[in-house]
Amino acid sequence: MMRTHPLEWRIRTPEGVTFTYELAGPIYRALAWGIDVAVIVVVGWGIQIVTLPVQFISMDAAAGLIILLYFLASVGYAVLLEWLWRGQTLGKRLLGIRVQDAYGLRLRFSQVLIRNLFRAVDNLPVLYLVGVASMLCTRRAQRLGDVAGNTMVVRIPRPLRPDLSQVTPPIYNSLRDQPHIAARYRQLVTPREASLALQAVLRRDQLDAAARVEVFQELARYFRGLVHLPEEVVRGVTDEQYIRNLVDVLYHASPNVPKREGDVVFRSPL
Amino acid sequence: MIIDLDRFVREERPTWQELEKMVRRLEDDALARLNLEEAQRFHYLYERTTSDLARLSTFAFDPDTRRYIESLVGRAYALIHDMREQPHRFRPMHWFFGTLPRVFRKRWRAFVVASGAVLIGSLFGAAVIMVDEEMRTVLFPFSHLHVHPSERVAQEEEGAPESLDGVRATFSSQLMTHNTRVAIFCMALGITWGFGTLVILFYNGVILGAVAADYIMAGELLFLLGWLLPHGVVEIPAFIIAGQAGLVLAHSLIGRGDRRPLGKRLRDDAGELATLIGGVAILLVWAGIVEAFLSQYHEPLVPYGLKIAFGLVELVLLAAFLIWCGRRGRGREA
Repeated sequence: MMRTHPLEWRIRTPEGVTFTYELAGPIYRALAWGIDVAVIVVVGWGIQIVTLPVQFISMDAAAGLIILLYFLASVGYAVLLEWLWRGQTLGKRLLGIRVQDAYGLRLRFSQVLIRNLFRAVDNLPVLYLVGVASMLCTRRAQRLGDVAGNTMVVRIPRPLRPDLSQVTPPIYNSLRDQPHIAARYRQLVTPREASLALQAVLRRDQLDAAARVEVFQELARYFRGLVHLPEEVVRGVTDEQYIRNLVDVLYHASPNVPKREGDVVFRSPL
Repeated sequence: MIIDLDRFVREERPTWQELEKMVRRLEDDALARLNLEEAQRFHYLYERTTSDLARLSTFAFDPDTRRYIESLVGRAYALIHDMREQPHRFRPMHWFFGTLPRVFRKRWRAFVVASGAVLIGSLFGAAVIMVDEEMRTVLFPFSHLHVHPSERVAQEEEGAPESLDGVRATFSSQLMTHNTRVAIFCMALGITWGFGTLVILFYNGVILGAVAADYIMAGELLFLLGWLLPHGVVEIPAFIIAGQAGLVLAHSLIGRGDRRPLGKRLRDDAGELATLIGGVAILLVWAGIVEAFLSQYHEPLVPYGLKIAFGLVELVLLAAFLIWCGRRGRGREA
């Protein structure tokens, strides 16, 4: 297991295959917790309404019941939902994040319970300052509850299939004549880099002329440096055209891709 | 090298679909079991898909297909590499009368250390009060303890418990929730390598020892026992067990003499921590009920002898529960 990007955690299986989790940062987690707190407040109102009939019998019993139920709701809300929804509360679901075992294994109830009970310490002195400090100091952006439960919070990738209809395939793409070079690019270019090139192509009309030239010049310089290109591939091709050719071979390689990936579970592109 | 990605996806599609179907089935039902044939098939599909991911990562680029396979492999990995006993349906009675006392006994050393911290704190608190009685205003967190013990006993026996009439259920709930919060905090402070847990235990020991010494020096031992024993014999051990859980966590963090990696130690011990703190919560619920509905009644309403006897019976039952329960089921449960 290793950390690659500041907010990524890569797990290497015994079979030698790696897969990557994108870690959720403090802002995402704070927003999710804010939603959860709002839900708990609403549940608190619900408890008061539900216990209304008890108040007619005994105010004392009703007050005692409200205290107990609210305590159970505030402690049990996250525990129950994270257990039933495989690491997600309502806030986490809306923000697209989930709790994950730090080894990539199945999340256990005891882990969920421990990480949530530790909010008592993470919340010190106020507003989860200890928790945030811990997240900034640990490799997997863990608050103390995550450390104790050996969990981490990851973002659920929701990559929308880019609208490639806006990327008109070039009439002639010199890279397509060199399948081994196209394959080499597919091997070397990371998804982030590919996304960067694609975004540059999609937004090129929003740039002013000088910036447009500069952006594509930088990108072309970088991508040309990755693979040795024969003269006939680059001759007469502008930087912008070269990046469009590259995006074409990267993204038009397979039509069998999902329109949109789902929640925790990726929808099959099949 | 994959040159024709379309063909590759087309050929491998049935494998991924089948694996995804099995993964979904296992994820959705924690009690689902595979027979030998299914397990072999699942393993084959997983191996083949990881191989596909390796090929995709090394020889081709297609972010969406790759992310999909990564996600699928990640989910299958969680299922196939988790060697611990699969979760079974939770049986509350089995857990309470079997798992809880077994975990308590397994971690008895942590309990002894936690008890030691409380005991040392108690001796210190008692010594402070014996040296200077006026320290009660500094040490005692509750204002009703600031008055001289004899004065308070006189007040209580004249009918002070009536002040709780009409709010007993509220008082009981407040006790339960407050004590549970403190116990959780005590356990969670184990994250400070046990230092915070020991400080909390020591501090509570100081208050306990100081109160006890104050009442004994005032000749109010009988009142003290009648007041504290009914709920204290459950509440104090519960609090020490919370400290025990904190020290178990500290032990996992420090890992002295344990060659497992930190993450694995914490993951393996999480179940025991959850069991201990769950047991603490139940004990504190009982203590809260007793404290609100019995401990606050004094003579002449309830004889001290009866209250003390009740407390001693509770103590014996608790000790028997922790020492003897679950012995027959040993080894059957992880």
